[in-house]
Amino acid sequence: MITQNRKVLLEEKARIIRKNVIEMTWRAQSGHPGGSLSLAEIMSVLYFEKINFDPQNPDWPERDRVIVSKGHAAPVWYATLAEVGVFDHQELWKLRQIDALLEGHPCIHIPGIEATTGSLGLGLSAGCGMALAAKMKKMNKVRIYVILGDGELGEGQVWEAAMAASHFKLNNITAILDLNGYQNDGATQDILNLGSYFDKWKSFGWNTINIDGHNIDQLVSAFDLGSECKDKPTMIIANTIKGCGASYLIDKPELHYSPPSDEQRNMALKELGF
Amino acid sequence: MQGNYRENLGEAFVKMGEEFKDLVVVTADVSKSTKSIKFKEKYPERFFSVGIAEANAVGIAAGLATFGIPVIFTAYAVFAAEKPFEQIRNMIAYPNMNVKIVATHGGVNVGQDGATHQAIEDIAIMRAIPNMTVVSVADPGEVTSALRAILSIKGPAYLRLARNNSEIIHENEDQIDFRIGKAEVLRNGSDVTIMAIGMMVYEAIIAADKLAKENIHTRVVNIRTIKPIDRDTIDEAAKETGAIVVAEDHNCFGGLTGAIAEVLVSNTPVPMESVSLNDTFGRSGEAFQILKKYKLTADEIYKKAKIAISRKQNS
Repeated sequence: MITQNRKVLLEEKARIIRKNVIEMTWRAQSGHPGGSLSLAEIMSVLYFEKINFDPQNPDWPERDRVIVSKGHAAPVWYATLAEVGVFDHQELWKLRQIDALLEGHPCIHIPGIEATTGSLGLGLSAGCGMALAAKMKKMNKVRIYVILGDGELGEGQVWEAAMAASHFKLNNITAILDLNGYQNDGATQDILNLGSYFDKWKSFGWNTINIDGHNIDQLVSAFDLGSECKDKPTMIIANTIKGCGASYLIDKPELHYSPPSDEQRNMALKELGF
Repeated sequence: MQGNYRENLGEAFVKMGEEFKDLVVVTADVSKSTKSIKFKEKYPERFFSVGIAEANAVGIAAGLATFGIPVIFTAYAVFAAEKPFEQIRNMIAYPNMNVKIVATHGGVNVGQDGATHQAIEDIAIMRAIPNMTVVSVADPGEVTSALRAILSIKGPAYLRLARNNSEIIHENEDQIDFRIGKAEVLRNGSDVTIMAIGMMVYEAIIAADKLAKENIHTRVVNIRTIKPIDRDTIDEAAKETGAIVVAEDHNCFGGLTGAIAEVLVSNTPVPMESVSLNDTFGRSGEAFQILKKYKLTADEIYKKAKIAISRKQNS
């Protein structure tokens, strides 16, 4: 449980992160705003409430690690890292530009980025390696957070990693499924219907929790439950809305990889209260 | 005298476990055939078999490496380099992770298992990735020093071994000076140079002996590091012998043949011939039968040397 004041702050951070996602993809005229916006509360709660992380020293060995495995959501990762103070907001406005800091998809050379992602399906394996390393080095406080997309679950490597995490009892992993229902070509259920996400992860041996991914209280409680689990990795199935905060993006899979026009940007910022 | 690559590899894993205190070995259900089981027996807490899941094995290796841990991922070349190619590219090479891929079963010399298990493209594939160092050993005697050499550099590397027994070229392992980027000149000669990797190095020596009987002085170079390649040694050989034969148990495209040709055309273009697979898959059979069938032999090197020399004289 968190106080009302904390909750207000985390909601405000999510609102600012959303604004910056719109702003940076508008300036770049490139990138994936919808799949970034569905993660705003998740990133806010992770970076401003949950994880053990020093923005002034992002390589501190004892830190918790966050991996955004659905790397096309780079804008939300970058916006969050800027907001928490790892690098300057000015970098956001140079997203995807030649010789700038922020690449189109996340790479480990960027401060605060824990794994190179963007090719889907890679992040949970990297997370398993980190979780094994933390256990080997007896860094018992270190937790690994891996954010997956629902479309990404089509990658077989995710399930290889899911089996390994369960086999090695990697209770220091919390994965978050950004269940926003859409992928590049359309609705996830139409493209590759996996049935019940909850049943699948549970049957793979994961401590599985189903929540509203835009609800701060539910996110905080679910992350706490993950940290308390002694013998299993945790999967938080976060039901989200792709494009949440910018109505022009909602239920519009054709805008998966489509930066905002001037008009869409202005409308989204207005809806977000800016 | 013969030795076995994989027996020596097992011992090398254990030795490196002593020399590199944090070293972790990851494999995918091939601990017996890669002999990494010996490492597992000695250092169980530093060994992970992740099941038959090579993509995940590469990802786990990359994740471990982010904690400053040197990692070896070992499997057959087809499964170590080719099945998880994209994971190697994006999780190891692009982020420049300190992960070493140690591949057994390189080439058609694998034998009875047949073409599915014979990697003939692995050098081309690994060589094409930025940041990747690519190394091959000539005989079992070199395995330990090659493994030590790749572990001594930071960043990704690919080490290719053959599967089977092989003639020992390096009898005294302690005298081996295995340096990344440096070829080993085994024989000096002024008429032609044979540049070889893997089991073909021994064949090159046999071919050189045969050529010597005709008073042809053959230089024999064990290339060792395919990337970064030893441009100086290649350039010197081109200038001083004027004819080159490349020998590799690999397809004719993109492997050592391509690597040497790239250097020759940019520095000292001279006639070059290749003893390699003629763009074909291998098949089952005894190793010696397969090598003979696909003309990966000392006799073939001998013939190609004569052709290279005649081309030099005609030009």
